[in-house]
Amino acid sequence: MNIGYYPGCALHGSSNDYEQSLRACLDVLDVQLQEVKDWICCGATAAHALNHKLSLALPARNLALAERDGLKQLFAPCPLCSMQLLKVQKAMAGNGLRAELSQIVEADLRGDGQILNLIQIFQTVGLDKLKAAVKEPLKSVTAACYYGCLLTRPPEVVHFDDFEQPKSMEAVLAAMGAKTVEWSYKTECCGAGMTMANEETVLDLAHKILSNAAAHGANCVVVACPMCHVNLDMKQAAVERRYDEKLGMAVYYLSDLVGLALGLSAEQLGINRHFVTKA
Amino acid sequence: MSRIGIFTCWCGENIARTVDVDDVAKQVSSLPGVRCSVNYKYMCSDPGQAMVRDKIASEKLDGVVVASCSPHMHLKTFRKAAQAAGLNPYLVEMANIREHCSWVHHDRAQATAKAVDIIRLSVEKVRNDVALQPIRVPVTRRALVIGGGVAGIQAALDIADAGYEVVMVEREPSIGGKMAGLSETFPTLDCSQCILTPRMVEVGQHPRIKLYSYSEVEAVEGFVGNFKITIRQKARYVDTAKCTGCGECWNVCPLKKNPSEFDFAMGTRPAIYIPFPQAVPARPVIDKKVCAALIRNGCKLCEKKCKAEAINFKDEDKLVEEKVGTVVVATGYKLYNIAKEQDKAWLSGYGEYGYGKYKNVIDSLQFERLVSASGPTNGVLKRPSDGAVPKKVVFISCVGSRDNAKGLPYCSKICCMYTAKHAMLYKHKVHDGQAHVFYMDIRAGGKGYDEFVRRAIEQDGARYYRGRVSKITEENGKLIVRGADTLAGVAVTIEADLVVLAAAMRPADGIEELAQKLNIGYDEFGFLLESHPKLRPVETNTAGIFIAGACHAPKDIPESVAQASAAASKVQVMLAADELTREPEIAAINEQTCAACFTCVNTCPYHAIERTELRTGKGAFIKRTAKVNPGLCMGCGTCVSVCPSKSADLQGFTEQQVYAMVESLA
Repeated sequence: MNIGYYPGCALHGSSNDYEQSLRACLDVLDVQLQEVKDWICCGATAAHALNHKLSLALPARNLALAERDGLKQLFAPCPLCSMQLLKVQKAMAGNGLRAELSQIVEADLRGDGQILNLIQIFQTVGLDKLKAAVKEPLKSVTAACYYGCLLTRPPEVVHFDDFEQPKSMEAVLAAMGAKTVEWSYKTECCGAGMTMANEETVLDLAHKILSNAAAHGANCVVVACPMCHVNLDMKQAAVERRYDEKLGMAVYYLSDLVGLALGLSAEQLGINRHFVTKA
Repeated sequence: MSRIGIFTCWCGENIARTVDVDDVAKQVSSLPGVRCSVNYKYMCSDPGQAMVRDKIASEKLDGVVVASCSPHMHLKTFRKAAQAAGLNPYLVEMANIREHCSWVHHDRAQATAKAVDIIRLSVEKVRNDVALQPIRVPVTRRALVIGGGVAGIQAALDIADAGYEVVMVEREPSIGGKMAGLSETFPTLDCSQCILTPRMVEVGQHPRIKLYSYSEVEAVEGFVGNFKITIRQKARYVDTAKCTGCGECWNVCPLKKNPSEFDFAMGTRPAIYIPFPQAVPARPVIDKKVCAALIRNGCKLCEKKCKAEAINFKDEDKLVEEKVGTVVVATGYKLYNIAKEQDKAWLSGYGEYGYGKYKNVIDSLQFERLVSASGPTNGVLKRPSDGAVPKKVVFISCVGSRDNAKGLPYCSKICCMYTAKHAMLYKHKVHDGQAHVFYMDIRAGGKGYDEFVRRAIEQDGARYYRGRVSKITEENGKLIVRGADTLAGVAVTIEADLVVLAAAMRPADGIEELAQKLNIGYDEFGFLLESHPKLRPVETNTAGIFIAGACHAPKDIPESVAQASAAASKVQVMLAADELTREPEIAAINEQTCAACFTCVNTCPYHAIERTELRTGKGAFIKRTAKVNPGLCMGCGTCVSVCPSKSADLQGFTEQQVYAMVESLA
């Protein structure tokens, strides 16, 4: 299977462990990623704070590049990136912005491609096929699936899963033989980019998320977002210091656990590069 | 040659201020066919009407144009006046020079010219009018009431007490509707069952009410005065004639743990059951989805125990026919399905409240059962998860109501009141408990209503927060309710034992199918449409069909009852006469030119056109043709516009008339 790939800034920078993980994992599943040439930043949270049109034009350019490359499906592993791509598709469908955005990005935008997040990639491969490929069932894993804000929101843009009580990540992990827990912070915010401006807020949120997962019996938290991973994994030591509490909660990308079940090693998946290592 | 009289009205100043009525009367007097033209200050007054009558007699008029207000206002008045003078009333037309002219213009010269044109049109119409006779339709002097909730009960009793027979169809095994399950009612806190069950018994025992419980309307044929209703009596597996309602069967039934529909799954019932002890009729039904005898031919303990030999496992659905003259629809409401699979894609639910996930998050009808003396806990408030008495309860109003994003835009109207009632009842049952209420606005319009809410706050200490709840989570058996108090500008977190969601009101399931069978309108939410929101609030656009209660819009009990009595009185007016008179301005098909394509049959919104055959006196087939049923036709004219052979026409509004009117302006 050949799928278009829009890595976004994070996966080529601070979260390149995420890219390593999903590339290794998808390789086993025979999914080839065709990276969009000359892609640019999606605008993230900065663009829409400055200028609405800019926040549409940036992802529109990426859409145009993907369309130029003939990519019918585009995988954006960062939920903010995929939401931005879906947002511009919605804006083009709803009103007359298609012509204007086409003019700005100097391409004839169609906006008909399918934008996929990590969970949807696994759904596209097929849970049956995933299950059949399992070599090492994740018997010891009891995961708290953490969706964060943007995987399911805004629902009218992303149209993915039940946005308050999602279940799709659990279904992927169940196919891998892992157990999952029902817990309370599945779709709460981790603080995201606040980690730069107001660290205390992020530490507070991360503390709530991690301790709630532990209280519900999880031995790891699973994410599908680079930012969530930063705040829960990299910042976990700071959380422990601030609250004087040992958490030691492993935080995995969904592709890490799928990869482990498919027989890959922690090193192949880049799990050894995480900050929290399992005791 | 016609002899038309034109009567131009000043409407006091309303017309005369903008339109030069003297000039108008003078100008139109020379129109072809006009015999006389007069004007007067108030044409609708007694002397004005006398002027019309006198001129008809003295000038031997064969047509009248009254140039005044809208025909909605006074067409009937002037037709009556003409009839009194011996003129066929359908030879009277109105030229609307008030709403269509004087009220919307300022320039006197232009308005005067326009008034002349409007009258010119009406004169052409009258010139082409023919005398029509009102349609007389025989009436079956019985009424059908669909739905046996409080509205249906009220309508049925009013009609039956007036001396007419009533057929009542109720879908559930017992009548009583939602009200039968309520604990106490606002604003008086009188016991719901105590006031309703005697009325239910009255229905059950009334000599003029024929009750079909556990039955649904299958098909509707006919028209006002002459409806033929097919009723599906669902297989009950109990012979209601033999059954004495002794209760041996449901006591002996071993399958006792089925969620009770009547208790909204807060309690259980056996496979053979009556929904509640005061059920009318007090006859059980067998749930075929769980009964062992019906699934695998096992058990049959109830059959062995029944001394009356009333159990019949071979029972099947039966179709029966009833003839009625009018119909009252009173099918009531259901609650918005919070965060469950929705029947409409745009209702995406309230997943953040965890309804269906957390046992202690319930909806308001479930709460009613938990505090009802006849409920599954015998009136002791116990929370569903562990039976503990909740010490802190959060009530959230507007769940699904007034929410364009994920619910319904309308206000459900009764939730503010019943939530205040819930907070009160809770305090009366759990003295050391604390009720917290999150609200958007408190809408307590009604007699004694606002005082009632104040009582909940001031006497029973309910804490009201103006704001929404964003999320409910469960930690260690407590529900963590996070919300906003927007008046204080602070975030609020409450650790509650029980959360009650005041879910929006929606029309009962199947309302759209029923409305289609009855040919009555409904809005985008499924609520039935009234004919006029102010002046015809219980009529529908289909003659002979009336609406009452929450099937029309969210309503409380007093309003439902009032509307039911209004519908009943409309029914009585209709049933009081042997014949109904209907306006003759309906469609007619020219059988000679009809090409029998039946496009009209398929497009008629009232199903008023049927296929028929023309035969000679001896019965030999001549041709096929379409035919209008005068009892059903509402005169909308859809058939006229679709007929390819121009064989359909509207009496009193013929194509010829319309063309003549248009040409008169040329």
